[in-house]
Amino acid sequence: MSSLLRLATAGSVDDGKSTLVGRLLYDTKSVLADQLDAVTRASVDRGLDTPDLSLLVDGLRSEREQGITIDVAYRYFATPQRSFVLADTPGHVQYTRNTVTGASTAQLAVLLVDARNGVLEQTRRHAAVLAMLGVPRLVLAVNKIDLVDYDESTFEVIAKEFTDHAVSLGYPMGEVLSIPISALQGDNVVTRSENTPWYTGPALLEHLETVPVAPDPHDAPFRLPVQYVIRPRTAEYPDYRGYAGQIASGTVRTGDEVVVLPQGLRSTVAGIDTADGPLGEAGSGNSVTVLLDDDLDIARGDLIASAGSAPEPADELSATVCWLAGSALRAGSRVLLKHGAKTVQAFVEEIVARFDEQQLRAVHAPESLELNHIGQVRLRTSEPLPADDYRTSPRTGSFLIIDPKDGDTLAAGLVGVGFPALGDAPAASADGQGATG
Amino acid sequence: MTAEHTVEPVAPGSGQDAAIDNLAALESEAIHIFREVAGEFDRPVILFSGGKDSTVLLHLAIKAFWPAPVPFPLLHVDTGHNFDEVIEFRDRVVEKYGLRLVVAKVQDWIDDGRLTERPDGTRNPLQTTPLLETIGEHGFDAVFGGGRRDEERARAKERIFSLRNAFGQWEPRRQRAELWNLYNGRHRPGEHVRVFPLSNWTEFDVWNYIAREKVDLPSIYFAHQREVYLRDGMWLTEGPWGGPRDGEDVHTKTVRYRTVGDGSCTGAVESTAATIEEVIAEVQASRLTERGATRADDRMSEAAMEDRKREGYF
Repeated sequence: MSSLLRLATAGSVDDGKSTLVGRLLYDTKSVLADQLDAVTRASVDRGLDTPDLSLLVDGLRSEREQGITIDVAYRYFATPQRSFVLADTPGHVQYTRNTVTGASTAQLAVLLVDARNGVLEQTRRHAAVLAMLGVPRLVLAVNKIDLVDYDESTFEVIAKEFTDHAVSLGYPMGEVLSIPISALQGDNVVTRSENTPWYTGPALLEHLETVPVAPDPHDAPFRLPVQYVIRPRTAEYPDYRGYAGQIASGTVRTGDEVVVLPQGLRSTVAGIDTADGPLGEAGSGNSVTVLLDDDLDIARGDLIASAGSAPEPADELSATVCWLAGSALRAGSRVLLKHGAKTVQAFVEEIVARFDEQQLRAVHAPESLELNHIGQVRLRTSEPLPADDYRTSPRTGSFLIIDPKDGDTLAAGLVGVGFPALGDAPAASADGQGATG
Repeated sequence: MTAEHTVEPVAPGSGQDAAIDNLAALESEAIHIFREVAGEFDRPVILFSGGKDSTVLLHLAIKAFWPAPVPFPLLHVDTGHNFDEVIEFRDRVVEKYGLRLVVAKVQDWIDDGRLTERPDGTRNPLQTTPLLETIGEHGFDAVFGGGRRDEERARAKERIFSLRNAFGQWEPRRQRAELWNLYNGRHRPGEHVRVFPLSNWTEFDVWNYIAREKVDLPSIYFAHQREVYLRDGMWLTEGPWGGPRDGEDVHTKTVRYRTVGDGSCTGAVESTAATIEEVIAEVQASRLTERGATRADDRMSEAAMEDRKREGYF
């Protein structure tokens, strides 16, 4: 049985990220003959001697013409141990929103730096965003190690600087790994390189194949956002009424006491259905249909939670938001908020602080949040929401902010999360717990 | 480079463990997507060609709403260049599950002059207009497609919920950020959303899933004898779209199809794979991606798919 690892890559312009991803696809035989032929032809057209592997992944014409990556691209490769879904996110500052998109579901992120340049400000910013999103594990790929003559001390300096930064963001030391690689030459990408005898760790792919995929803690509280009420009203199932959804957290068993929020109705799980037959229990990530003992008025948007550890519905919430839109957010703005399967109106009561990415500190009470800003806000919602803290339950602690006028997604929201602790940052509410393990 | 994929097929029925396996994770994700659309849109429709991806799509929709019927119809854009086996299969599936089927016939658009036959006789590019006009006429606001991101470079960049403007066009620079499993289906009147529940599947996942779930497919996916002729390196078969030209010899070969499309530009591959297990073994060993091997229309330019998506094609 092969498992699935979702990972994201991030780096600055010219760090060779597309080349690395191309190399992973190529060396895992995920690039097939006709794709390689097309790349070879295009490389010759551009006057290159060897196939430019980055052309495998730059999908849009304007990207190929400009030699840059604009949008998140999803890549798929597999080994006998694992299948991988890789979100390849662009390095341009103006497209940071895509890094957030690519990393929101990632179990691990690979950050690239150029060995000649070391850890850049953008690397530190990327790591801060990844910590805030709770991506559990980081890999620093120190690329172009061939261009510094495979020098150990250069690598060690970069690795130490990055690890110190990651630890200050809340990452445990054991969940940050630095690897010296050359995406172009293939050093330490799939197999360990003879050019770096001083490096004793795994090659990148080896690490990706074996790194433990953090399962939900077994005692995580049960959460099921109700997406759809299944009522066949057929001759065979005249009175069937099931609540369909994907389990966001925890495990549910027949007989469990649950509470339906925001109404606060209590009931007992009578059954867990799937088209393949009933289940005695089901865990996080599974799409199921839950039957309850009592005939209750439950609709799409409600949340079924374990009775013993249910969130308190509230019409005011504090959250960190990543602002993804060209138009600015100001206190007093009216927006839509999508949480689980529910969309409600919301009012921005206050912009508490903005995370200053240049200085890595908090700016209090800013006038607005603009594209790529990360800020802390207080929101009031038109109906009480049963939201969790993002760090205990990401799927029920996250939300979208949507523009009521044109429906665009304006921001990603994380309930209750503060800014990453940043050394001497004077952020009043930063608590340093950005990473959920 | 060596040819073989290094992936092991997933054993059937292995998805019950607490640690969810690859196919179970992909199935749960797709079911979640179907239910979101059913909850948020007024008039969804599943684009159904009878091909393996749209058949898997329908299988997932049936599972998502069981024991209730699928709460939306199917739409087939019929180029008129069909394989008989596929049309029979389509009608059998519709009957078996009591589905509603809307058919948009490219021939009707040609007959009344809204479309003109191309000099090369290929009708794949002609599907866009009937598709968009049928979406408009029926007021469909969400259109499910079987597209996968592993198929092609432009598709690799498309969201699962892909907003289309009033002209059905995809605008890559205006894509919405897509975070966690929170999908934003809001659209203005005249716009619609294309939805791709199989976005994160590979061709290999699709075949493994077909084997595990015992999904029924049209017979042309399995090895059979057929009279074919060679054009542009592809084995084409005679049909309503015409036959061999001068100098194109007809051979009888044992072949199968890896994709189902317009018969004038969908090529057969030589194969003796007669069962799903044999097809999986063949896919593992294949050196060509399925689109490159069998679709003439994708080979025209480096940006062929991107251009067609911008025009409103899937």
